[in-house]
Amino acid sequence: MIKQYWGVLLVLFSCLLSGLYASPAWAEDAEAGASLESLLSELTSSSFNKKAKAVEAIAALDDERVLPVLEAMLAGDLFYRKSDDKIVFTASAESGYQITDALTAEDLGAVGKREVKKISTNNRLRKQLRTQIAGYKLLSKKAEIRLAAADDLIKTPSPEFLEVLQGAIKKEKDNSVLKALKVARAVILLQSDNEVDRIQAVKDMDGFANKHTMAMLTALVQQNEDGSYVESSELVREEATSVLKGLKAMETWYKFVEDLFFGFSLGSVLLLAAVGLAITFGVMGVINMAHGEMIMLGAYTTYVIQLIMPNQIGASLIVAVPAAFLVSGLMGVIIERTVIRHLYGRPLETLLATFGISLILQQLVRSVFSPLNRSVITPDWMSGSWELNGFLSLTYNRLYIIIFALMVLFGLMLLLKKSFFGLQMRAVTQNRSMASSMGIRTGWVDAMTFGLGSGIAGIAGVALSQLTNVGPNLGQSYIIDSFLVVVFGGVGNLWGTFVAAMGLGIANKFVEPMAGAVLAKILILVFIILFIQRRPRGLFAIKGRFVEG
Amino acid sequence: MTSQSRLAWLMNDVAGRRLMALILAVIIILPVLNLWVPKDSFFHVSSYTIGLLGKYLCYALLALAVDLIWGYCGILSLGHGAFFALGGYAMGMYMMRQIGDRGVYGNPLLPDFMVFLNWQELPWYWYGFDNFFFAMVMVALAPGILAFVFGWLAFRSRVTGVYLSIITQAMTYALMLAFFRNDMGFGGNNGLTDFKDLLGFSLQKDTTKVALFVCSGVALILGYLLCRYVVSSKLGRVLVSIRDAESRTRFIGYRVEHYKLFVFVLSAMLAGVAGALYVPQVGIINPGEFSPINSIEIIIWVAVGGRGFLYGAIIGAVLVNYGKTFFTGAFPEIWLFMLGGLFVVSTLFLPQGVVGIVQQWKDKRAEKKALQAGASGEVAS
Repeated sequence: MIKQYWGVLLVLFSCLLSGLYASPAWAEDAEAGASLESLLSELTSSSFNKKAKAVEAIAALDDERVLPVLEAMLAGDLFYRKSDDKIVFTASAESGYQITDALTAEDLGAVGKREVKKISTNNRLRKQLRTQIAGYKLLSKKAEIRLAAADDLIKTPSPEFLEVLQGAIKKEKDNSVLKALKVARAVILLQSDNEVDRIQAVKDMDGFANKHTMAMLTALVQQNEDGSYVESSELVREEATSVLKGLKAMETWYKFVEDLFFGFSLGSVLLLAAVGLAITFGVMGVINMAHGEMIMLGAYTTYVIQLIMPNQIGASLIVAVPAAFLVSGLMGVIIERTVIRHLYGRPLETLLATFGISLILQQLVRSVFSPLNRSVITPDWMSGSWELNGFLSLTYNRLYIIIFALMVLFGLMLLLKKSFFGLQMRAVTQNRSMASSMGIRTGWVDAMTFGLGSGIAGIAGVALSQLTNVGPNLGQSYIIDSFLVVVFGGVGNLWGTFVAAMGLGIANKFVEPMAGAVLAKILILVFIILFIQRRPRGLFAIKGRFVEG
Repeated sequence: MTSQSRLAWLMNDVAGRRLMALILAVIIILPVLNLWVPKDSFFHVSSYTIGLLGKYLCYALLALAVDLIWGYCGILSLGHGAFFALGGYAMGMYMMRQIGDRGVYGNPLLPDFMVFLNWQELPWYWYGFDNFFFAMVMVALAPGILAFVFGWLAFRSRVTGVYLSIITQAMTYALMLAFFRNDMGFGGNNGLTDFKDLLGFSLQKDTTKVALFVCSGVALILGYLLCRYVVSSKLGRVLVSIRDAESRTRFIGYRVEHYKLFVFVLSAMLAGVAGALYVPQVGIINPGEFSPINSIEIIIWVAVGGRGFLYGAIIGAVLVNYGKTFFTGAFPEIWLFMLGGLFVVSTLFLPQGVVGIVQQWKDKRAEKKALQAGASGEVAS
């Protein structure tokens, strides 16, 4: 509505100004709008010839509203209202249509089937529409629309667009779009009878990352069953072979980048799972076998939050992060105060007691929720993928997990190194009795530290709920990995944990294609076992007197 | 005199002797009650009970093996289930070969799962397992070799305490993943099952079951005597000193890693024997036996019974497993709460387990008696 008023105001204003300036831009827009309106009204004609002319004229207009109109007409969704011949978009509703004004995008409400009439098309008109739409898109002002149009044409090459493409190529200034347009043209030209055209087409395909073009080139250099080549000209074949070589090298490179990305994302998962343990085990020396269950609690918190706010799935994840931190952290504090407090200095007993706690928590979750997996919904902003080019696309959930893991790590580092609480924590771990005599409440610091480690595990649970099934066994599957990461990285060293997690993640992803997922995992485990034999205190061992303590 | 001092290791162990006598009585009396007492009699013991007790006896032997290294040498292995399972697999492989052409596919050479996977010939590591004595040697040797290699690497580079626990856990985890793979040639997910007979005796028969039960009891008694002998010897003293002060023992001049390695391998072999006796009684061995939680459960048997007494481990294994059988049957929901609670309670309140409580109670009574005796003595004088 407001938009409309602005429109009216603008027109008035532009009329006012038209006397002052020679050719004000607004006046032109208003004129185009008017002519779109008049051209649209011609579509109501029953003569297909008239409609074809009108479509051509509409496509020649420079207006944002053209594309929706043409596309709706092609899809058969463009109607006009019988009462006033107003052109409308329709969407089927109960007993009739929901209609929208094609010019102003104003919602005109629901109407009965008899109140509107479809703007009919025939084969010729539809073909014309398709060409016009492609052409319109190719000449669009927005680079991404032009790129998308070019990509469409690469996927489904149709020779009738050749001229449109030629025109677009001449006008194109954006380099990446130009390349895509040329490839789109090349895909068409590859079928041409002219050898020179074909060579040019193959050349144009060089360096363009796209699986379709690669498949076409591969098909080109193949032999038929009788030994003759698919492509008769040797020049074209030679050119295609060399271009293909370049493309293959490119594909290998992007595959490597993709593996690296997967490795990083796996490493981030490990990092998230292990970083809380790096606090409880690394800093406090407590073997917390219930750490995995803290992760599980975080994941279940996410599930519960989604149950509470089913309409805001997107926001639920953001709410879940602090909630999971609180739930797991609180549980951690309770465990510390009731059990672990009595077992300091007896690491093996701590291990057993916390293992018992993990069993209790698992059974608790089983009794409260169910032994079955619960499904946590992935919000829209986390699904889908970011397509960099034809060979490389990065899924958003992995991307976000990498970012999230790094944020958690650096947040934790800041807390440990820069805050007063971090100072107290380090003081207590380095020399408990001295810290105590300086007035630090060591018991309180212990509880808070353990709560912090557990809370971080809860946050990890939120992230993991997006990747794996949320079930009572969620924690168990991460506990061994987490311990190995912490031990591998060197106890009491967050950087070590980071390097170990990323290293193991990447190593896992690169061994996997060679040996299969399970064997890769076994190899990594064996490697870590052997590594710990060589360097029992991990990659980045703390040196100094308090090591043995 | 000399014979007495030579047997001192046995004579001084009153509680252990009593327990062994009890086990001996059980493995003599129960078979009689099972085989020769009519089924409708009140005194009849069902084959189910025999099978169950046979299982407990295997678990007890396994707990004994763990107590030997944990209670006397301070090595907390979270991977002893792996040795148990390896022994079980060796036995399972022998029994698989015994099936011969009576399998579903009727292949005289290949076990069913290999035929199913379209394998043409027996993998090399299956050779020899048709021979009972070779299989029995492997029951002890396979876990022994793994323990030797693993222990040699770990103890030489002085991986101790928690670190050792974690890598033993990683070891059994890795083995579990490996045995889950079909390519390994150990039956993958399903493991080895469908056993028919052992040394020609059908596993379905009550007499075979009873014989296995008696064997388990005898193995447990022999295992106990062996462990008792080891811990009472001079070597045992060194082990205890390693447990209590490893560096000091090393500085005195003992090769700590050699002692640890010896006892670790011995313990692994005992676990392997326990596994071998276990498998024919339950009729299946699968990779689930390698799962880390099984290994940790063994620790809790020992902790509940009382660590560092040997007979405590046996009591603990039987008690906890009886509890498990009872509660998983009666209240399946509660069992994990119970088990978890046991872990917490036994570490917090029972540092020496059930045996420790009895010991404390006895000590107190003795103290009281001594006080009373002292008091009456004073009055008399």
